[in-house]
Amino acid sequence: MAIYLIRRFLIMIATIFVIATMTFILMHSIPGNPFTTQDRSTSEAVQENLNAHYHLDEPMLTQYGIWLKSLVTFDFGPSIKQPTETVNDLLSRGFPISAELGMWTIMIALLSGITLGVLAALKHNGMIDYIAMTLAVLGISVPNFILATLLIQQLAVNLQLLPAATWSSPMHMIMPIIALATGPTAIIARLTRSSMLEVLTQDYIKTARAKGLSPAKIVIKHALRNALMPVVTILGTLVAAILTGTFVIERIFAIPGMGKYFVESINNRDYPVIMGTTVFYSAFLIFMLFLVDIVYSILDPRIKLHKKGGS
Amino acid sequence: MERLNRPIETAVQQIPDEWFQPIEKDLNKAEEVSRPSLSFYKDAWIRLKKNRLAVTGLFFLIVLILAAIFAPILSPYSISEGALRNQNLAPTAAHWFGTDSLGRDVFTRLWYGARVSLFVGIAAALIDFFIGIIYGGIAGYKGGRIDSTMMRIIEVLYGLPHLLVVILLLVVMGPSLFTIIIALTITGWIGMARIVRGQVMQLRNYEYVLASKTLGASTARIIRRNLLPNTMGPIIVQITLTVPSAIFAEAFLSFLGLGIQAPNASWGSMANDGLSAILSGDWWLLFFPALFISLTMFAFNVLGDGLRDAFDPKLRR
Repeated sequence: MAIYLIRRFLIMIATIFVIATMTFILMHSIPGNPFTTQDRSTSEAVQENLNAHYHLDEPMLTQYGIWLKSLVTFDFGPSIKQPTETVNDLLSRGFPISAELGMWTIMIALLSGITLGVLAALKHNGMIDYIAMTLAVLGISVPNFILATLLIQQLAVNLQLLPAATWSSPMHMIMPIIALATGPTAIIARLTRSSMLEVLTQDYIKTARAKGLSPAKIVIKHALRNALMPVVTILGTLVAAILTGTFVIERIFAIPGMGKYFVESINNRDYPVIMGTTVFYSAFLIFMLFLVDIVYSILDPRIKLHKKGGS
Repeated sequence: MERLNRPIETAVQQIPDEWFQPIEKDLNKAEEVSRPSLSFYKDAWIRLKKNRLAVTGLFFLIVLILAAIFAPILSPYSISEGALRNQNLAPTAAHWFGTDSLGRDVFTRLWYGARVSLFVGIAAALIDFFIGIIYGGIAGYKGGRIDSTMMRIIEVLYGLPHLLVVILLLVVMGPSLFTIIIALTITGWIGMARIVRGQVMQLRNYEYVLASKTLGASTARIIRRNLLPNTMGPIIVQITLTVPSAIFAEAFLSFLGLGIQAPNASWGSMANDGLSAILSGDWWLLFFPALFISLTMFAFNVLGDGLRDAFDPKLRR
């Protein structure tokens, strides 16, 4: 167990290091620096001061060192386009909102996806199965940004049921969460259904039935427990999908979360913010994958944690 | 009921012995295959044809590819030039899917957009396929130290958030069709490599490969007859599922303004343009690109699912 954990942890650190280095190299391979590209004419002295302030006059290796140090100390410095704010300010302001959106989305996707999948498996080839799977394929096929705009047009503009944008009350949260959760719900539903179908044919389910357990108990206590393993494996990927989904969703619904700052910083070419948010996002995701791996290995007794390879 | 109760001896006694004649043992006949043998692909094709949804998807995709190829013939309008007096027309007989804010015909732009979307999807899938098959093949075939080193690299890369990397690359390299494909494939091949490696490793040790070897089959024959047909199933499925995710990624990036730039059209950039128009009631600007993105992804997804079932030997009856 300990060896496996350490190994996974080292891989996690290596991945974060790779992304940090890649971000650094990419950002510095852009010709010029953020100040020379501005058309506002500043005097030589100001340029130099700015360069010195942001360490842009140092050799590459020193800058790389400073960048790594800022990572370890978790201090990404000031934003270039909004000098009064630091990257940390933006992160601490945006992250809670994005996290709220993300948590709700995951919870709703899990609940509705698993319910749909189980119902479809229990009524295999029946009406419910057919409807649920059609919904699931539709959910996978319709991109979230399109669903979001359709929702706004129908529910907010035409019917005036829900507020179209911002993030201030539970009513505001309904549409973004639906738009973001539909894709993951569909994926979870399909996965639950197929693994549930497989589990239901197993002998131990027959045994449980023969013992006279109620159908509900068989499904919840015996079948679901094993059927949900594949769902746990893809949780990491789902978190990634939801996270990138927040970029567009937050933009469409004007939610002041991290995704909005990230997209803005790209459009403004605000390098410290791009670098900071990218590394933050990546570290968060990589940590999530790590957690999912650990949870999975705890849940599945067949996986020996010290097993080598097997990726 | 009565028949069952009759003692079994009397039933046997009633059959005269001369009814029985020993037949000659025919060795050739014993070896004969009772049904005409089907190649792997023929069998898969027969089973795919039974899946109506997958066939519909395939049909839709063929029509779409043809429409994208013959886009200039399909419509008299140009992709980039419109008549300004025809701004924001609702669908009419002249403009089937309406016109956009610059008076350009949406129907025409959709087919040119289909070119971009399909090209990105298919190019990304093919590049993934080649890199993945080589990397995964080497790792799976060599095994041991080489494999574990190559897999550690993959493990590190696998953790990278793909779209973030793609966005970063696009910021640096500037948006163009070429950079989008490069950016998508730079992380996209990992999934394919993992699948190929897993398949090769698993199949390498199967008894039928050993049996082939024992019967004196050459390595080339083993690879051609035993390994490839059985790896191709999951690989083809992976390709059909890579295409829609690449199309989605392109639409997503174009929607963020990092994709195809005007005056060229892609479905994502058209949906992005339509987003602002929808609030003024010009629904067709968003509706048609959205419909085609969704239909195409739907078609690829059902085709991929159908192929997965068709290739799965466990489902063979």
